[in-house]
Amino acid sequence: MISQIFILSSKGDHLIYKDYHIIMKHFRGEASKDSINVFYEMVTALSGDQTPVVMSHKDLHFIHVRQGGLYWVASTKTNPSPFTIIEFLNRLAALTKDYCGSLSEKSVRMNFALIYELLDEMVDFGYIQTTSTDILKNFIQTEAVSSKPFSLFDLSNVGLFGAETQQSKVAPSVAASRPIMSSRGEQSGKNEIFVDVIERLSVVIGSKGVLMKSDIQGEIRIKCFLPTSSEMRIGLNEELSIGKSQQKGYSSAVRVDECRFHQAVKLDEFDTFRILKVCPSQGEQTVMQYQLCDELPCAPPFQLFPSVQKDYVNRVLIFLKLRCDLPPKSMSQELSSPDQTAELQPKNKALLWEIPRFPGGAQLSALFKVDVPGLSSASLLEVGPVSMSFELAKQTCSGLQIRFLRLAPTQTGLSQRWVRYVTHSDSYTIRI
Amino acid sequence: MPYFGSEEMVKELKRALSNPNVQADRLRYKNYITKVIRYMTQGLDVSALFMDMVKASATVDIAQKKLVYLYMCTYASDKPDLALLAINTLRKDCADPNPMVRGLALRNMCNFRMPGMTEYIEQPIVAGLRDKASYVRRVAVLGCAKMHSLQPNTDIDGTIVNELYALLRDPDPVVVVNCLRALEEILKDEGGVVINKPIAHHLLNRMKDLDSWAQSEVLTFLLRYRPRSDDELFDILSLLDSFLQSAHAHVAVATLRLFLQLASAHPAVQADALLCTSAPLLATCGAASRELRFAGLCHVQQVMRSQPGLFGTHYKRFFCGYSEPTYIKFRKMEILVELVNDENVALVLEELRSYCTDVSPELAQAAIAAIGRIAQTYSEKCLDILTGLLALKQDHITSAVIQMFRDLVWFCPQSTAAVCQTVEACVDSPQDSEGKQALLWLLGEHGDQISSAPYVMEGYIDGLKTELSSAVKMELLTASVKMFLCRPAETQDMLGRLLHYCIEEESDVCVRDRALLCYRLLQRGVEETRKVVTGPKSDPSMSVLTGRQEEPISQWASTFNTLGPLSGCDLCPQTAVISAADQPSSSAEKELLPESTDVTLSSPDDTEEEISLSLGPPLSHETFEKMWLDLEILQRQTMGFPRPRTALDTLQAALQLVKIQTLAFTPGATVPWKAYIYTRSTGTLILAELLQGDQHAPGIDESLVVSVKQQPVNQHAIRGFVSILKGVLGDVW
Repeated sequence: MISQIFILSSKGDHLIYKDYHIIMKHFRGEASKDSINVFYEMVTALSGDQTPVVMSHKDLHFIHVRQGGLYWVASTKTNPSPFTIIEFLNRLAALTKDYCGSLSEKSVRMNFALIYELLDEMVDFGYIQTTSTDILKNFIQTEAVSSKPFSLFDLSNVGLFGAETQQSKVAPSVAASRPIMSSRGEQSGKNEIFVDVIERLSVVIGSKGVLMKSDIQGEIRIKCFLPTSSEMRIGLNEELSIGKSQQKGYSSAVRVDECRFHQAVKLDEFDTFRILKVCPSQGEQTVMQYQLCDELPCAPPFQLFPSVQKDYVNRVLIFLKLRCDLPPKSMSQELSSPDQTAELQPKNKALLWEIPRFPGGAQLSALFKVDVPGLSSASLLEVGPVSMSFELAKQTCSGLQIRFLRLAPTQTGLSQRWVRYVTHSDSYTIRI
Repeated sequence: MPYFGSEEMVKELKRALSNPNVQADRLRYKNYITKVIRYMTQGLDVSALFMDMVKASATVDIAQKKLVYLYMCTYASDKPDLALLAINTLRKDCADPNPMVRGLALRNMCNFRMPGMTEYIEQPIVAGLRDKASYVRRVAVLGCAKMHSLQPNTDIDGTIVNELYALLRDPDPVVVVNCLRALEEILKDEGGVVINKPIAHHLLNRMKDLDSWAQSEVLTFLLRYRPRSDDELFDILSLLDSFLQSAHAHVAVATLRLFLQLASAHPAVQADALLCTSAPLLATCGAASRELRFAGLCHVQQVMRSQPGLFGTHYKRFFCGYSEPTYIKFRKMEILVELVNDENVALVLEELRSYCTDVSPELAQAAIAAIGRIAQTYSEKCLDILTGLLALKQDHITSAVIQMFRDLVWFCPQSTAAVCQTVEACVDSPQDSEGKQALLWLLGEHGDQISSAPYVMEGYIDGLKTELSSAVKMELLTASVKMFLCRPAETQDMLGRLLHYCIEEESDVCVRDRALLCYRLLQRGVEETRKVVTGPKSDPSMSVLTGRQEEPISQWASTFNTLGPLSGCDLCPQTAVISAADQPSSSAEKELLPESTDVTLSSPDDTEEEISLSLGPPLSHETFEKMWLDLEILQRQTMGFPRPRTALDTLQAALQLVKIQTLAFTPGATVPWKAYIYTRSTGTLILAELLQGDQHAPGIDESLVVSVKQQPVNQHAIRGFVSILKGVLGDVW
């Protein structure tokens, strides 16, 4: 049971505040708002990264997540499941992103009325009512204000859909099942659906180039702007095998260790044809999560050949040769991109080498000379590790592909379907 | 921020809202209303606009209505008389043909927090419970709970409770869950909603219709249901089996908790459930949301208390990512230490070794501490790494390594020779007081094996004037005396200088007293001194070598999936060693200090009860007071005899003998007489108050009453504590 929900900017400004369960005798409106300040003081007093997710003040527990540079906080006097609260706050942030288009202090400030409206329907008396876009869209009346042209609901209709038309459109008792906003969506003309295969790669390569750890956390995410939901069929690689025991004889098999599906996914054709059937609701949702540990089907995308030497008295020479082992996608290769930058960050004791583009099969190298006062030969052992963060578009390391994406034929109007693949580096560490 | 000149702002808004031209232009009007809400959120008092906002509520624009209702709910308790004006509009809306308007009005009307609301909301709520729109029913059901919370002390309305129980059969899943929630609140004093067999089975059958939030909540409600027979139990478990693998971590974890509780008599089922859930739990440990990751890690730690091997093969999942925040890295290292076995030790150590050079000193020290703990099992490999780290000549690393050496020697005497060799070869000495104390302890305890020991110590004695930490000085005194016992010729002169300085010039009373103690001891003769100063050179119990015991699941199942594991009050005691750098007197170290060894020597097993008490690090008055106020009294007992008539310091000494520390007591023969005492036992802290002559309970004024508080709760320890206390008080009396 949640007592309060509030959103704070990183500077502690109150963006959204709602309380549910403060009994009026003990707290008046203002007194209970003090708990926001208590929270902010506690969270900023913690040193550096040491932010425990749960903090307590008297009998009030604060649970918070950080998303989009904001604090999303729930407070409670009971002892609820931390997973529920954290996932709910994450979901609140995701819905805010869905409805406002983006997640930032500015978008939350501009759309505070919309977010209050969302919260009103999502939580009543401190109890989570629903977080499904299918249900919520029936109740949300405020249009998003967005600085970007990209928004869930078209803004050009503000004057057209006044309350009178709203009233007549809603039939009694079926408010929860009939979409009110569908007319708006159709008129916006953007019937798009995005299916993203997102993989987070976490790799540790030992000092001798040995692959020490590699695993992939993947998910298939749908972002749907279709006004009405109809069944969609997503076909995955037919040779996809799940679990270690199911390994097939030939090597081309795509394998994942385990996978889990969204509650709404129908799996009757999954076992034989590897087809997922789902009725996507508006907004973003994850239909499948999978993971793969150790045996990756391909080599890690980047190889590093480092050498660290002591120059003169107080100088370290760090020579890094970086090779991208992905197949070359285009013929034109920029071997030494002029846009590269490198800087020394004394605060983090780190060197930052930024490479804007890195074509497959290419090789880049850099030589850093760092003056270190009081350098000893033992200090060379302290150099490293190299941590890479990157995003590989059109690439999945597990080899998972979407064969086809079919919408049910009942779907009227033109709809655009997009399939995107991307691999992020969750943590890609190479020891020197 | 419009905090300044806010009155002007409010006046301006008031003018605008009451301007007929603005009221005629709907968009402009709404814009001003939005502005009011914006100021309200920023913390500005806009309650003066209540009247104008009430007017604005009479609109057909639902978005505007919502904004106005939000305003009204916030300020209704400040302006109850004006709020009454709004009620008419709200009641009218409750009869609107549009279910959304009905639900909205009812919800907000119930949110008005002011006295006397009940008479206005009761009728709409009762009507709402029978509404044909599920949306209104959802709101009405929670409205019952809100109505109850407005007048918490009134009698429970039986008809509403019955109606809510009936609504558990509602076709709408959210109505069902809201009924459970509302009943739970209304019947709080009677132990909450009753989950009997028909209700439990009904809920179980509806599980598939619920959304994930409702599922995890229903699973929590089902915790209080006890199946009648094993057959029923297994039916329930097989029904819930698929939820163990749910894609939503909160559902999977809630199911696991239910499994653990229901199957408490079937360990094999529990083990199966844990195995099933290990995949979702591991997935949360790698989730994109770092908060979820943290929650997952904390719960993995809990599971490992009973099943240390469960995650053994997945140890690589607990390698730290470069960009992870420190609090996650700390947890991961704690888990890695527990997961070490013969196969993975090399890889884990290589991983931990690479953290030792992290730019964050805290993290580097924690990594070294982790290696130090692994060293208690795999001492050779770890010693190589730790020795190698000394070559880096970084102050924080050297200090942490020396501290680990000290603990290692204490717990694994077989590594003493290697450690002594390394310490001898190590040229630079630690700079912080923790590290200095550790080095001095090593020099004093094993001075016979470190040939350069007297010279290193002489350096410290010469630099005594600039030493700030009294703990280091005390350690230096003890270490010098020990050294004198084994190498008198080299030490005598400097020990003399040290004692002279500490007795004559030292301003810190504790250090001076310690020096005087040493001096008088030495006066009694070398043999006497040896008897007192030298204790065992290694941990006599060997507890750490045997590894941690596998706890029964019931030990932690009750806090599983609650905030407990995350907020850290339920941590394993070992973490104290890791954070040794921050806590000047961790429990491990306290044992090493000679004065507590003295106590163990002088009080052999005469107090040996079922439990053993220990003193641990001293509590400050402030900490004690804070904890005393925070905790509940767990046990209150009459001793059956008045307070001891002996002198108070005798009493204090007697309590000290059985490891009970006296914090404060009323002097002399004042009535009421009070004393506050505390002690520790197997991971729990016990606080107690002794009281005689309580005015509030005149019947028992002759007898001593003890009230016990404890954190974390362990009834067994309390019983042991009370019996020990009774024994010692009886003896003294």
